[in-house]
Amino acid sequence: MTSDLYKLTIAEAHARLSRGEISSRELTRACLDRIAAVDSRVHAFLSVIEDQALAQADDADARLRAGSAPTLCGIPLGIKDIFCTRGIRTTCASRILENFVPPFDATVIERLRAAGAVFLGKTNMDEFAMGSSTENSAFGPTRNPFDLERVPGGSSGGSAAAVAADECIAALGTDTGGSIRLPAAFCGIVGIKPTYSRVSRYGVIAYASSLDQVGPFTKTVRDAAVMLHALAGVDPRDSTCSARSAPDYTKALTGEVKNLRIGVPREYFVEGMQPEVERAIRAALASYRELGAETVEISLPHTEYAIAAYYLIATAEASANLARYDGVRYGLRVDAADHIELYNRSRDAGFGAEVKRRIMLGTFALSAGYYDAYYLKAQKVRTLIRRDFEQAFEHCDLIATPTTPATAFKIGERTADPLQMYLSDIFTISVNLAGLPGLAMPCGYDDRGLPIGLQLIGPPFGEEIILRAGDAFERVFTPRRPEL
Amino acid sequence: MASEAYEAVIGLEVHAHLQTAAKLFCGCATKFGASPNDNVCPVCIGMPGVLPVLNRRAVELAIRMGLAAHCEIAPFSIFARKSYFYPDLPKGYQISQYELPLCRGGYVELPGNGGAPRRIRLVRIHLEEDAGKNIHERDASLIDFNRSGVPLAEIVSEPDLRSAEEAVEYLNELRSLLVYVGASDGKLEEGAFRCDCNVSIRPRGSSELGVKTEIKNLNSFRFVEKAINYEIKRQIEILEAGGRIPQETHLFDPEREVTRPMRSKEFANDYRYFPEPDLPPLCVSPAMIEELRATMPELPAERRARYASELGLGDYEVGILTREREVADYFEAMIPALKNPKSAANWVMTEVLRIVNESGKSIDEAAPPATESAALLRMVEETKLSLNAAKTAFAAMVKSRKSAAATIEELGLIQISDESAIASACEAVLAAEPDKVAEYRGGRDKLFGFFVGQVMKAMGGKANPRVINEVLRKKLAG
Repeated sequence: MTSDLYKLTIAEAHARLSRGEISSRELTRACLDRIAAVDSRVHAFLSVIEDQALAQADDADARLRAGSAPTLCGIPLGIKDIFCTRGIRTTCASRILENFVPPFDATVIERLRAAGAVFLGKTNMDEFAMGSSTENSAFGPTRNPFDLERVPGGSSGGSAAAVAADECIAALGTDTGGSIRLPAAFCGIVGIKPTYSRVSRYGVIAYASSLDQVGPFTKTVRDAAVMLHALAGVDPRDSTCSARSAPDYTKALTGEVKNLRIGVPREYFVEGMQPEVERAIRAALASYRELGAETVEISLPHTEYAIAAYYLIATAEASANLARYDGVRYGLRVDAADHIELYNRSRDAGFGAEVKRRIMLGTFALSAGYYDAYYLKAQKVRTLIRRDFEQAFEHCDLIATPTTPATAFKIGERTADPLQMYLSDIFTISVNLAGLPGLAMPCGYDDRGLPIGLQLIGPPFGEEIILRAGDAFERVFTPRRPEL
Repeated sequence: MASEAYEAVIGLEVHAHLQTAAKLFCGCATKFGASPNDNVCPVCIGMPGVLPVLNRRAVELAIRMGLAAHCEIAPFSIFARKSYFYPDLPKGYQISQYELPLCRGGYVELPGNGGAPRRIRLVRIHLEEDAGKNIHERDASLIDFNRSGVPLAEIVSEPDLRSAEEAVEYLNELRSLLVYVGASDGKLEEGAFRCDCNVSIRPRGSSELGVKTEIKNLNSFRFVEKAINYEIKRQIEILEAGGRIPQETHLFDPEREVTRPMRSKEFANDYRYFPEPDLPPLCVSPAMIEELRATMPELPAERRARYASELGLGDYEVGILTREREVADYFEAMIPALKNPKSAANWVMTEVLRIVNESGKSIDEAAPPATESAALLRMVEETKLSLNAAKTAFAAMVKSRKSAAATIEELGLIQISDESAIASACEAVLAAEPDKVAEYRGGRDKLFGFFVGQVMKAMGGKANPRVINEVLRKKLAG
């Protein structure tokens, strides 16, 4: 009989592991079996590392038996294929890194290893994290566990789908413009993008360096607090990483939201929004009022410029970040008569269409004669957006919005129209530009049964406030699980 | 090239390695001479996901150089990415500084050589990382990334230089400053120095700038001199023939000693600079600047001024003594023991620098300690030793490494100044040569030297010649 241990949350699994009721090997085995059973349909994983996972599980079991193991000890995780993992192929879902095996671990991978976590494998994503649907993976799309005809969101769609489909207990993602929150919303799970600089980016393959942040996907807000505590903290290898030490976020989960002022930005309830999404968000706000919180209308006036600014800044940074994939030192090489031709051929064969589009956009935005009009102006807009939030937080403790204007769309529906695709991130992108923490969690379902995501935005280093508010809502809302 | 009608206008962009133990953005060693790709890590070969961490020591050295060149040290400066594709550039961009460099303005003072010292103004000094090195074999191109990420100071001058010779003088002064502040060991031949020259000419007396040629990637002072001279001559010829000088970038060919224009493909890069998002702005506190300023050594220009005014040394001696910091330090370590600093100056310029130049080693390795040199000269001042004997002793000490006192003892070089001993030797010589004494007294003055020689010979060459002179004069007059 196959075990259904894979359904456990981190908190539940940790309790049973530390009481010795189950072993990490059993739990890991259950997840591996679940992957074997459903992943041919979901395609959340690009690689599954069964032997290494079981070896890690055995190490974890030894630690657990010795007592006082960390909460993540023995917990099987999915790892977005953007994190460098020593000795484990790391592709970023790109042909150009198809056979790249890093000789080092990302800082967060090191931290998770130290905590005794188990890595089941590397999860699918949009190539170089560029996309909102995971359709831009060079290795085929991931499917939404709630409806296999639909996308899981992106770019961390593999990690989100894996958690939603119970293929892992939790997973790791990155968020540059919504890449954690959007797939969390589409897949009906919890995802948090921390404050920029909260978590080290060392060893995370860069898309847009001033926007990229690492965060977890979990089944509950409490689990997100546990994961974030393990991930966050000082890293001497990342000069942009905050020197603040990370608090124990679970201590913030008091269930208490009385007198908390929740700002509701009027710009986030736009025309053309799916009506069920607005209804679900309004209902969640009503729940908060019932719990004793106060909702206040606020304004974030520069919201409409966020997407334009983002696609200049992110692509400009990406155009430089991706210059290293030249076929010279590692990754795909297509040989040629001279080095220029070698670059051209390797990059042409190695990058997908969306990656090429963004490299060209960014190169253009930084070019002589255009820099001031595009890159510089976008930076000025970014400052205005950051100021919008600063002013808003004078009137509220956190901000609540929908995560996306609509629920998960069908595979192939938006691939022909990049602009339409870019608009999926309309509610998440400002948070990256302002460097703020944002939490996405399920708050309802549309008529088709597709999850609707609530987004809670905090001030800088306000992770505790949004986790507390998210946890309080979770206590009065029961999420559904997909049937697979 | 001397020309009556034209004046050259030259500005230099110098890239000099800063002598740090680790690279600018990772912990890899910078040591020259390691096997290819020994000193590399994921950061300096541009693996996916890696991030730079700034080496504070490199910042300190660049600031010290900035202080030495009278620059304004920016309290806030930023790093920027300079994008271009080349196989030796692992990330596809170089981390450099563009807007808001670390050091701004300033000047380098060149020795006057008889006239007033000249100031060459600087535009800026900024920090950046070096690239790797391409090695072309018959069938393959290989890349050595040992140099990738080594810290460089880029020192950009205003177009204040007027000849190739002056450009070389400026380079020597820069090199000297780098060594004085501890930013370099001065061994610039190991690819640790590269220079781009901007050269234009204009009619003498004009204040307008002509169209410049940029000559790229010169890696020795000698090539800089040759390239500039070639370029000035080429531009004069074009103008004399009624032509116009196009704005071009040239490459110096060291074998044929000519410059040739680069194809536009080789240099027409749009570097697409933008602020480096992986590094926070570099903030330098006034306290840090003052701390570094407090540990600055006396610089060549200050030393030159002091040697001239306090020690009364001439331009030529001052120039030689101050060019290398270790030479000036050696000289100064000798002075306290001596009455006359000029004798120390002459000693360093002749005896000490000869053996340094002959051996090709540093002064510390090649020469006996300055205190021992000073001990020899002090004995000369005290007339215990002749200058020739001191030189003999010095030559022996270079080999034996023994002290001055021990060497003189061993070689028996002590000079006899005892008047009674010398007097009895004089009496013996005069008694042995009555005819010559008579001739001398009869007016053959030249014989005096003969008597001195005889006395010296009788005393085994160790007598003090001044005392011999005095005694002989008295005795012959009597």
